[in-house]
Amino acid sequence: MSANLISLLVFLPVALAAILTITGRKHPGPTRLLNLAGVAVLLVVSAGLLVTGTGDTAQVIELGSWAAPFGIVLVFDRLSGLMLLLTSIVALLSLVYAIRRDEDMAGPHFHALFQAQLFGLNGAFLTGDLFNLFVFFEVLLLASYGLMLHGSGRRRTRAGLHYVVVNLIGSTLFLFAVGALYGTVGSLNLADITLKLPQVEPDAVPIVTTAIFLLFTVFLIKGAAFPLYLWLPGAYGYASIPVAALFAIMTKVGLYSVLRVDSVMLSGNTLGGVIDTTALVAPWLLWLGLITLITAALGVVAATFLRRQVAYLIIASVGTILIALGLAAGPERELALSGALFYWIHTTVLSAGFFLLAGLLMRHRPQQGDAIAPAPPMPQAILVGSLFFAYAIAMAGLPPLTGFFGKVMILSAALESPLLAPVFAVVLVSGLVMVIALARTGSRVFYQSEATPGHPSDQPPTASRPLPGMGTTIAPMIVAALMVIGAQPLSTWLESTATQVSQSGAYLDAVMPEGILDPETAPGKFGEDHEGGQH
Amino acid sequence: MTNLAISLLIGVLTGAGVYLVLRAQTFPVVLGLTLMSYGVNLFLFVMGRLHTAAPAVVGASEQYTDALPQALVLTAIVIAFAMTAFVIVLALKARAAMGNDHVDGLHIPPARRTSGKPEEPRA
Repeated sequence: MSANLISLLVFLPVALAAILTITGRKHPGPTRLLNLAGVAVLLVVSAGLLVTGTGDTAQVIELGSWAAPFGIVLVFDRLSGLMLLLTSIVALLSLVYAIRRDEDMAGPHFHALFQAQLFGLNGAFLTGDLFNLFVFFEVLLLASYGLMLHGSGRRRTRAGLHYVVVNLIGSTLFLFAVGALYGTVGSLNLADITLKLPQVEPDAVPIVTTAIFLLFTVFLIKGAAFPLYLWLPGAYGYASIPVAALFAIMTKVGLYSVLRVDSVMLSGNTLGGVIDTTALVAPWLLWLGLITLITAALGVVAATFLRRQVAYLIIASVGTILIALGLAAGPERELALSGALFYWIHTTVLSAGFFLLAGLLMRHRPQQGDAIAPAPPMPQAILVGSLFFAYAIAMAGLPPLTGFFGKVMILSAALESPLLAPVFAVVLVSGLVMVIALARTGSRVFYQSEATPGHPSDQPPTASRPLPGMGTTIAPMIVAALMVIGAQPLSTWLESTATQVSQSGAYLDAVMPEGILDPETAPGKFGEDHEGGQH
Repeated sequence: MTNLAISLLIGVLTGAGVYLVLRAQTFPVVLGLTLMSYGVNLFLFVMGRLHTAAPAVVGASEQYTDALPQALVLTAIVIAFAMTAFVIVLALKARAAMGNDHVDGLHIPPARRTSGKPEEPRA
């Protein structure tokens, strides 16, 4: 039963994408309803699977009943489940906003692309196979190219072109990495590669190391780490609002891949019996995270409109999570990972909500849009301003909201680390810089609202009615409040999730219970997806 | 010998691709992406090792041909083809939206251009 439900998470979106392509143009009403229903089903199923504890032991689904490593497997554990739940939450927020503000009508096939995007995301979070991960990356990227250009516009087209070219280069690098791994290790199944890494011949060790670093480079392009994040502010800043909100989960796909591949394949493993892979990439992650956080904080200061500022806040959160993932190779592995996951939930949901809030500003400040500049007062300015205040506090990591708890958990994991000083300095100072920048934004946009003499507010704000789509900016705050109230049980749950992530042995047992197959009876070189996943 | 020739070919294709991707006009960039995908497809194919007259059956002869990279290449070709088609359309759209084919939409006088100018898209 649970296997069917897990498969549903992947196959429902692709089926819906096909149906919505047909209905999209002629029947906008039913298309919207169908898309909403699909996202709601994904939300209920992924939440249900987590609540019932399905992911407490890794669930393996062998597609076509081909056992790993011969067939492609989907693996559902708590980490995948959490990512799927986050995806459906963000998707629901973005979709409701798009429908309430008619943003989905700005171009054809928004709904079909939306479901195709969810198909790619859910598949990438579930697959246990590197080539299949490549295929799902391509699925989600191709859908995201379409969504990115949804509604067109000169700047959006230019940012879209950059986004597409950068990601196509990333895909090429991904193929080089996957090919080199297959050519040397002889498998593409993540668990199978893990088991075979210690047996790599000494000649091949440099090639495998190169392939591993190439693989993480690709993940960090998607995850937007320094110096590979330059595509992000343009792409997220100029995409249409619901798309930018949905993209809040996109950088997390890269980070998820980093975490998954690092924890299963590298942590506690050796390469050819010579190189200990536990600390192969982790120090890089830590340092890149630190530099990413610094540059992102500067970007937050330099941004001239709110969407770009939120995009830089997303990069800052990528930096923070990378720091935590780097710390996870140190003595406090589980604390660092659970802190990373707590921060992860917080930043994904809230940055989506923050984009939607920027969208409200754009729609209701006709002259200035979401530029960080004074403008005549907008309707519902007090409520919108209070929400901005709450988002700013949470995203900058001030108490009492969620960003603070996440940072505390990550910093307490750094206490035993030799890099205590730089981690504390960078995290705290960048937090301060972001607070200053957001305070400036808030005072420019909301306090100085009447300070434009040239523009008398000829349309007095209609105060009584809530703005359409307002609910989607309030809902993430409710999630954040629940995370604060339930911080204790949540962090307990996340700690056991971190334990599960750390114990790669259980993952390997679940995927390949018999270990490496005997080369006499079943040569390892034959072990992979015989169909190649032709999407 | 074949190995050397194919390695050189992969290197040349990828190198030329990287060079073209770094150009400032969209058309060379698209060509560069295509060349890079050719390079990586060849690379994936070679990862099954080069054998002649070896069946794709284990134990039928001394060596066997690994059929899996061919399946991978097939998938990669399909994806790269779709992406190339998409990026060409996007480049035309960008040319129409920005009025020139510079990747950043900057207008550069034709005399200062260093690479060939793509055909004018039909509007």
